[in-house]
Amino acid sequence: MNADRLRGSAAAKRHNARTIAALTGNPGCERRSVLDAAGVDKVKLAETIGFAGSFGQSRFALARGNAFEAMLKADDCALLRSVLDVGVVDYQDLGEDTDDTLTARHGRTRELLASSTSALIDHPLLTLSVAGQTVFLEPDLIAFQSEGRLRVVEIKSFAIVDDQADAAKVSAAAVQAAVYVLALRDLLGEDRVSHEVVLVCPENFSLQPAAVVLDVRKQLSTLKRQLSRLSSVSSLIAALPPSVSFDMSLSPETLISSLEAVSARYVPECLSSCEMSVYCRHEASGTTAALGRSVRESLGGVDTVALALDLSTGAAEPTPEQDEAAALLRTAARLRASALAAAGPAADRAAGVSAGRAAG
Amino acid sequence: MSTLVALARAQAFAAGRAQLIATVRHLHVHDHPFVLIPLAMAGEANAPLAAMVGSAADKPRLLFVAQPRNRDERFAFADALAAELVPYLTSFAGDTEAVAVDRGRDVRHRFLDAPQVWVPNTGGIDFLRLFGRSTRFRRVDGDYPVPPTVPLLGRWLTFLAGASEMPGSALLLNAVQALGMHWATGQSGAEDAHLASLMAWIESGAAAAREAESGPVAGPATDPDFDNRVLAPLIADGDPALPAVLHDLLLPTWQQMWRALALLRRLPPGDRVAGRWDGDRDSYSSFVEHLAEGGGPQPRRDGAVAAAARLQRLENAATRYAVQRAFDDPLVMADHRLTGAAFGGVVTLANPDRVDDTGKRPVLRPRIMVATTETVRVEAGASLTSPARPAQKARVISVAPTTTGWDVLLELSGGMGRKLVADPGTVPLVGEELLLTTLSEAYRPGAAFPDPTETPWTHGGPPAPYEEQQPA
Repeated sequence: MNADRLRGSAAAKRHNARTIAALTGNPGCERRSVLDAAGVDKVKLAETIGFAGSFGQSRFALARGNAFEAMLKADDCALLRSVLDVGVVDYQDLGEDTDDTLTARHGRTRELLASSTSALIDHPLLTLSVAGQTVFLEPDLIAFQSEGRLRVVEIKSFAIVDDQADAAKVSAAAVQAAVYVLALRDLLGEDRVSHEVVLVCPENFSLQPAAVVLDVRKQLSTLKRQLSRLSSVSSLIAALPPSVSFDMSLSPETLISSLEAVSARYVPECLSSCEMSVYCRHEASGTTAALGRSVRESLGGVDTVALALDLSTGAAEPTPEQDEAAALLRTAARLRASALAAAGPAADRAAGVSAGRAAG
Repeated sequence: MSTLVALARAQAFAAGRAQLIATVRHLHVHDHPFVLIPLAMAGEANAPLAAMVGSAADKPRLLFVAQPRNRDERFAFADALAAELVPYLTSFAGDTEAVAVDRGRDVRHRFLDAPQVWVPNTGGIDFLRLFGRSTRFRRVDGDYPVPPTVPLLGRWLTFLAGASEMPGSALLLNAVQALGMHWATGQSGAEDAHLASLMAWIESGAAAAREAESGPVAGPATDPDFDNRVLAPLIADGDPALPAVLHDLLLPTWQQMWRALALLRRLPPGDRVAGRWDGDRDSYSSFVEHLAEGGGPQPRRDGAVAAAARLQRLENAATRYAVQRAFDDPLVMADHRLTGAAFGGVVTLANPDRVDDTGKRPVLRPRIMVATTETVRVEAGASLTSPARPAQKARVISVAPTTTGWDVLLELSGGMGRKLVADPGTVPLVGEELLLTTLSEAYRPGAAFPDPTETPWTHGGPPAPYEEQQPA
């Protein structure tokens, strides 16, 4: 089966650094790999089957991000040049295109980058091989080329206050920048592209820009490892039954049965990064993984909540591999029961509140 | 996550209701707390949008900014927040009590009570910390003057946010963490971060919790959809309906906050909670004194010596808090029993009058034998304590396997009076059930740090003297 056929008649969603970063966040998830490879609009799919998540972006945040970027790029990038301390170099904007001119833009990007003239290169178009497929990256970056060496410049609108910024946002920015470094290296070779990227953010509580250098070697190696681990999507898709389709004109029931044909690996972290997560959470209900990785591990790696509880009460007979986990769970259950029984009235009173409320 | 908490989560999932993971309350809940629910403007660096504040459940007060990107309105908001919060914070700086220090050679005074501020979640604390940072250095004179209440508010917020990092401190608390310490839900920790969902698990159950997820958020981040559909047109038009909309948005969280406080109050406090609150009163008292003496704003970043000393205080507090919770609560101690850091057993032999006279002078060293069926992961020479007699040390003499478990021979010292005969009840009797643990409440002396003026060059040398920092 062909990946594009899975999508039906809708236009394909393109990859960007954010989707690749999310893809590598949970590389074992076949459902996400397949849907992304087929370019399915996951937001719309989740809505159609009645499991819409909240993945919008506030227009205030967008406005500020755009204002910050516009300010940096105003007057032929005057402010950006001064914060990067790059002096007088060319500024080349490769611009945005429609789908049919992508190859031409990619060609221009390649040409310009290969020429190794010093320049700030905006909106270059890159390609990256993801799960056996070549994807175009819709990049939102500037590559700064100087003396034949390239540096990725990421403009982000979160603030750096007293040299510190939100750790989650910095690490997300670092992973995204690493995706660009990787794509640039694919194009130009290892040593032409620096593993140090420049992050340009507003400083403190103003809009004044500050540039910091991030070393993304760690993110690069993680990314490379996870990209190589991504189960080969083409063979996955080829193995799917022909009835599987994510054409949005199909009924929700048909779409859900198509989804069921592709296995997912739900973890709670998906909720913040994947558009399908609300559905997958619903599907994974009752598994220990749905309670979080650490809960699953603490329960001895047992798959379902029901089995973990049955092992803890002795209602289920453990298999030889489960022996150790079962012993731990039984001891835990005994200790928990005896501590609660000893606390008796106090615990009853506190638990009683909730029971009373539910009854009323 | 410990296996016991994980098991409680599994049980909560099966029951469809949150399950207790503590039998006592591990934090001080004030009789007159101040609840503060901040909302931030998306995209901006910590720009306030609104806050619902107050110290009475039936009198929420809404503060809001009509144009969040307007600098003057931002400081007017800070001024309004200061007018609500600072009088509450200083209202406890009244009567004092004398506390003996330096083994009774000196006394110092501390206030009889201290304030307690509640926010919904850790995001709320981060917001207050950054809001403190953006206001505490502001000048009341010069080119961009702000009302004098603004930098004062900044100092207080910075103090509270700093205190909240100290494990066991109860000056600034967040409801999600406080509830999560006492109840386990049948969902993941990430989903618990949603206050409405967590409260629903405790009060009504799993189905209500799912529904609550689509309800109003507890801030400080707003829902993007709300921003785009509701807030943006209101702000663009300067619509007078804005405060009413924000009030309706915040009110459910406000009510949840007070219900969360009521839930926590139903649990009896642990024995060591009051002692930790004494420590909070100490730090409140010294901060009030610092302000009264005209002390400057807290630095942007600690110097090397201050940072090292603070780190050590945090580590000590974390260890102490973990041990105290286990000593106060058999359900927390059960975690340590599961890992072998504690075990319960029965005293099978006791020699309460044993005197060791091999040293310069004879000392009382009773010995007891404890039989246990639990995992024992201690060796001869280890020092154990029992929560029932925290002042007494039990040194392990030998551990011998039996058909049902282990026989542990212990030598006791301390906590038995000053005579060569143990005071009645201080030595466990044969047949008594005993819990022994390697956890210890013993005082940990602080490390010696150099004076800040003697900071070695490896750590950047002595910090520059304080200069009034320009607003950034």
